[in-house]
Amino acid sequence: MNLHEYQSKVLFSEYGIPVPQGFVAYSEQDARSAAARLGGEVWVVKAQVHAGGRGKAGGVRVARTIDEVGEYTKEMLGTFLVTHQSTENGLSVDCVYIEQGLAIDQEFYLGMLVDRLRERVMVMASVAGGVDIEEIAETSPEKILYGEVSSTGRLEEKEALSLAEGLGLQGSQRSEFINILTKLVKLFYECDASVVEINPLILTSSGHVLALDAKINVEDSALFRQTKLEALRDPNQEDEKERIAREHHLNYVSLEGNIACMVNGAGLAMATMDLIKLHGGEPANFLDVGGDATASRVTEALKIILANKNVEAILVNIFGGIVRCDLIAEGIIDAVREVKMRIPVIVRLEGTNVEKGRMLLANSGLDIIAADNLTDAACKAIASVGSANP
Amino acid sequence: MSILVDSNSRVVCQGLTGRQGSFHTEQCLDYGTQIVAGVTPGRGGESHLGISVYDTVLEAVKETKANVSMSYVPARFAAAAILEAAEAGVELIVCITEGIPVLDMVRVKAELANYPCRLIGPNCPGVITPGEAKLGIMPGSIHQPGSIGIISRSGTLTYEAVFQTTSEGLGQTTCIGIGGDPIRGMSFIDALELFAADPETRGIILVGEIGGTDEEAAAEYIASHVKKPVVAYVAGVTAPPGKRMGHAGAIISGGKGTAEQKYLAFERAGVITVRSPAELGVTMTRALE
Repeated sequence: MNLHEYQSKVLFSEYGIPVPQGFVAYSEQDARSAAARLGGEVWVVKAQVHAGGRGKAGGVRVARTIDEVGEYTKEMLGTFLVTHQSTENGLSVDCVYIEQGLAIDQEFYLGMLVDRLRERVMVMASVAGGVDIEEIAETSPEKILYGEVSSTGRLEEKEALSLAEGLGLQGSQRSEFINILTKLVKLFYECDASVVEINPLILTSSGHVLALDAKINVEDSALFRQTKLEALRDPNQEDEKERIAREHHLNYVSLEGNIACMVNGAGLAMATMDLIKLHGGEPANFLDVGGDATASRVTEALKIILANKNVEAILVNIFGGIVRCDLIAEGIIDAVREVKMRIPVIVRLEGTNVEKGRMLLANSGLDIIAADNLTDAACKAIASVGSANP
Repeated sequence: MSILVDSNSRVVCQGLTGRQGSFHTEQCLDYGTQIVAGVTPGRGGESHLGISVYDTVLEAVKETKANVSMSYVPARFAAAAILEAAEAGVELIVCITEGIPVLDMVRVKAELANYPCRLIGPNCPGVITPGEAKLGIMPGSIHQPGSIGIISRSGTLTYEAVFQTTSEGLGQTTCIGIGGDPIRGMSFIDALELFAADPETRGIILVGEIGGTDEEAAAEYIASHVKKPVVAYVAGVTAPPGKRMGHAGAIISGGKGTAEQKYLAFERAGVITVRSPAELGVTMTRALE
């Protein structure tokens, strides 16, 4: 689950990580009074969306007057910001963050994530801040410094020191950086983050180190013990179908094609998409109904699938393990009746009580196309939308 | 022969009295698995499904000589349950639980290094030696004792490989679902090492998926250590970059760990690859001819 920049900065402040002063604003009026309260001569208006690359997309603008603050806010609010990290429809800008403008001497990158290979949390720092860090990782990997956090969440003093040295920080700036780093490690562990990123971390002209941006992703599996953070969820930043799916404990991801899939198990769901593609079709989604595919979940899954107007056929692929195929067949039949299906449904069932399940489908009087095996299912689905490769 | 579990394995079920634990343990008992004890804190002294329940794994091990743990403990307590089993001295821990916070697993993996035990999972279907012992949530009926070792990161896709090798008449020695989480116990390499050394295992099916670099590491290992035929499939060729596909592990980041890269690594290592998950069984039959 992603947090907004303004939410992350509140969290940073709670942990004692210095950030520029700022206020969130939901209207032009809010923005003007925020700027007035901040004072000074330069402000930054930042669109609050769950995607990086806002600057290049026009979502971060520097204002020199309070009128400009109002004007930029008005221009941003209610629009959809498209960045290289968002979907092509963009993300809705429901609020902006008004921040004091600071004179910057230097920009750094500071990030933390769980590294599955080392099985540790790693710190990454670079002098090449403020730009696309992935590009730096590819073109000049030597510019990225790494530090390993212990399994219990401690960063050795000498590791922190060597990162500070690597960034060329001296004296009080060095201790300010180490202070930020130490607190960031604490935040990462206490908040069950999976990614924390400060890009850029800046050195101001007055010689202080602070976090100019803040990205926090909280691990979904840990939300049960992060109720305070869970309350910060912004459903408007999430794909609506994916959000509804999550509420029904389904795993759904929209794709571009016209053949929808409903499968039990994430691996088999990916494999089913691959198979459609392999035989010349295009999958419309990834959908894992989970291990216990009850009738009500199958119905909800079909509704979500059908909300996508590109869908021209549905391939149901269920390997009934512990769940019996006859129960799944009943679920499919009920669901197809309830949603008044108008497009072809191809069903491949395998596993426990498969004969009973197939019989139920065949005798349902519904237009359900039965498939004998995986390949047959994919080919029949593709044929039904008329785009099969010979 | 088989690896990891057989009819002599003495199993303690952690979380026996819970809904998942009860349901699946009953299936495992029906399959013939020797389940000698259950553990649920505060329920010690009770009997559940005809199995004696203990408060701690240590008591269960002392009383019943259990040497393998199968855990259905809910996610918020699952990490502590793994460490409890390790401390009690079991040789193998099979953790079925889904949704354990990754930072918990970072700590568990580091601490497990101090114990002489193996961990399978978490977030996995478990391990089965057909005809001998089933520890997990896989449907027992599709398995058949035979000669193929199966290793997979995904649950239902494992069943697919099992079903096909059974249909082909090859059967399986042991099937291991290593789980879909980014930080987990046994790796592909750990399982490959055991299958390579097992005289009954004539061929190995490896089912991978996008994310991480375990498949690439496995390919390298196979090239230098495994003489038996290996057939591999990688799920997720069509997964869009950066999108999450259910498993926490199935994330592509910065172009690393794509299905294409994994296929390339396997092909370079001389592994037989299939692009269709429907061809795992027939391809293995051909490879053994």
